[in-house]
Amino acid sequence: MPTAEREVTILNAHGLHVRPATKFAEAAEKFSSEVIVSKDGNQVNGKAIMELLILAAPAGTVLRIRCEGPDAEKAADALAALVHARFGIE
Amino acid sequence: MEIKRAIGVSPGIAFGEAFVLDSEDYPIPKRSIRPDETDHELARFRDALQRSLRELEELKRNVPHHLATEIGPIVESSIKMLDDKYTHRRIEEKIVKGRNNAEYAVSSVYRVYVKQFSEAAAGDGIFQSRIPELQDLERRLIRNLLQEKKVGISQLDRHVVVVAHDLTQAQVIAFDRHKVVGFVTDAGGRTSHTAIVARTMQIPAVVGLESISTDVSAGDTLILDGASGTVIINPDEDTLKKYRALQRNLLRERHALREVIDLAAETRDGHAVKILANIEFPEEVKTATEFGACGIGLYRTEFLYLTPGKVPSEADHFEAYRRTLSLLGDRELTIRTLDLGADKMGVEGSVKEANPFLGCRGIRLCFERMDLFRPQLRAILRVAALGNVKVMFPMITSLEELQRAKAILHQVHLELEREGVPHEPRLRVGIMVEVPAAAMMADVLAREADFFSIGTNDLIQYVMAVDRVNERIAPLFQPTHPAVLRLLRKVLEEGERHGRPVCLCGEMAGDPIFTILLLGLGLREFSMIPTLIPQVKKVMRSVTLKEAREVAHKVFSFGDSARIADFLTERTRKIFPEAR
Repeated sequence: MPTAEREVTILNAHGLHVRPATKFAEAAEKFSSEVIVSKDGNQVNGKAIMELLILAAPAGTVLRIRCEGPDAEKAADALAALVHARFGIE
Repeated sequence: MEIKRAIGVSPGIAFGEAFVLDSEDYPIPKRSIRPDETDHELARFRDALQRSLRELEELKRNVPHHLATEIGPIVESSIKMLDDKYTHRRIEEKIVKGRNNAEYAVSSVYRVYVKQFSEAAAGDGIFQSRIPELQDLERRLIRNLLQEKKVGISQLDRHVVVVAHDLTQAQVIAFDRHKVVGFVTDAGGRTSHTAIVARTMQIPAVVGLESISTDVSAGDTLILDGASGTVIINPDEDTLKKYRALQRNLLRERHALREVIDLAAETRDGHAVKILANIEFPEEVKTATEFGACGIGLYRTEFLYLTPGKVPSEADHFEAYRRTLSLLGDRELTIRTLDLGADKMGVEGSVKEANPFLGCRGIRLCFERMDLFRPQLRAILRVAALGNVKVMFPMITSLEELQRAKAILHQVHLELEREGVPHEPRLRVGIMVEVPAAAMMADVLAREADFFSIGTNDLIQYVMAVDRVNERIAPLFQPTHPAVLRLLRKVLEEGERHGRPVCLCGEMAGDPIFTILLLGLGLREFSMIPTLIPQVKKVMRSVTLKEAREVAHKVFSFGDSARIADFLTERTRKIFPEAR
């Protein structure tokens, strides 16, 4: 099973709050790969808004995105780009 | 008739029937279900979910236009959180595989979220403040599951005062302002988010009443005075009359005062005066500018320190200050460094003091706890590069203390310079004059301080040796005592002589009774709660400096505070009949 990993930093001043989490989950949903996001060993499903939210990741947090599935590479690229583009908000 | 007093968080007088909201904790029924019941439980959950979503959608549509930018996003996020299909899947799994009833399934999933979120967010103010919104989702679903057939506020045909143990921001926002004229709660404090929403929406509110939700029964008549923090349960006829008259005056006053907001802050003979606002949260900037403040004369920073077990980071400070500054535009911002005793903060290793007001608070605590002080100074120096920012130290009592605080600020500046971090190297540094020793030494302190800010609440307390929260001696708290006024005059004179601007940010600044006197003594910067600005400005605009100086002169010929208070009240009433 193809796997891809990226490390990203939350740049939004308010951190990974509801709107960014929603954008991320919606983007992740478009891929068939599983998306796992982790912060300090806490792993959550990257397609689930509430799970992303309970990571409580403020600005500056480094997150690991791991994608597993046929489109893992593409998913990891797209999601990392989304985070670094501040989720297209702010 | 019964009278209760606590913390008034949003001014105004309201009359209404008590509408008691249930305590927030619904008992969650837990039971195991039979396999043939799962479909029924799943349907119940989905039904409750749909109804909860509809409620939120309706709430979103009903957000009043002028609150849309602040409150719309909060409701929108609640919808997004509630509508997360992975959460639905977890709940459905609990029903199908765990054989749990719908209520228990919902509750256990959300409580795990809240627990994990609280742990992950420990100490992060922004995230912490979202916890009630999370809890609200669970409560909403449970309420819909229990299919409460209770009368909603919207079905009422009369004015009500909402009585509750505690209220979330979302609940307050949802109030229909035509029906809900005020609210009172057991819990809460001045600085809770609910209090801020109440002020923004201008709903009179009293919080921290401890037992009001059990003291009051549905249908009782309530009067609440959000300025003084008074709640009267089942008032007698005379009291009702008195408060109705007060309310009429207040409304008339408010209406008339609105017109003053856009007028210049100056005396009748055209001498400009600065009117500034006291705030604690970035969100309050909006109210301040709406009421015509030309800047923030006192930005309290204690809220950053109130999360138990967590010292705010430089980033926490910087982010809060940056937000406030961005809302202010070019207007000035005076940040006061931490002014608390350790006992208030849940700071580890804090010692219980017999006399906290005479104890290790303000700058004294900062000297002991560099881990609290330095990150704050770094953030202030950094944010000062972005706008019109000044800093002031609280509880300064001697020249040495001020020199020491400035030396630390200088070290921090050098440190930032070494690191190449952009900051303001020539930050203006002032002091709070709130200890009599500092007032007496104003001429000497003027050498080292760029400006003074008089904190009259503490100053009066220390001069008069009166704790004004102590009801037995509260009348001895006298702003008009000649000793207090002499100290004010001393500070103003020394400020003038040494070219150091003097601001007054205690409650005296916002009380129209003192406006003329303070002008006459030479005060040109008044900083107050935003909503008090119009009345002070009105008085200010109706006197000349010459008249004000005559009033001040006359006041100093009296020897006792009662006489001074009477004279000032009478003088102010000529301009502002509602002055009390």
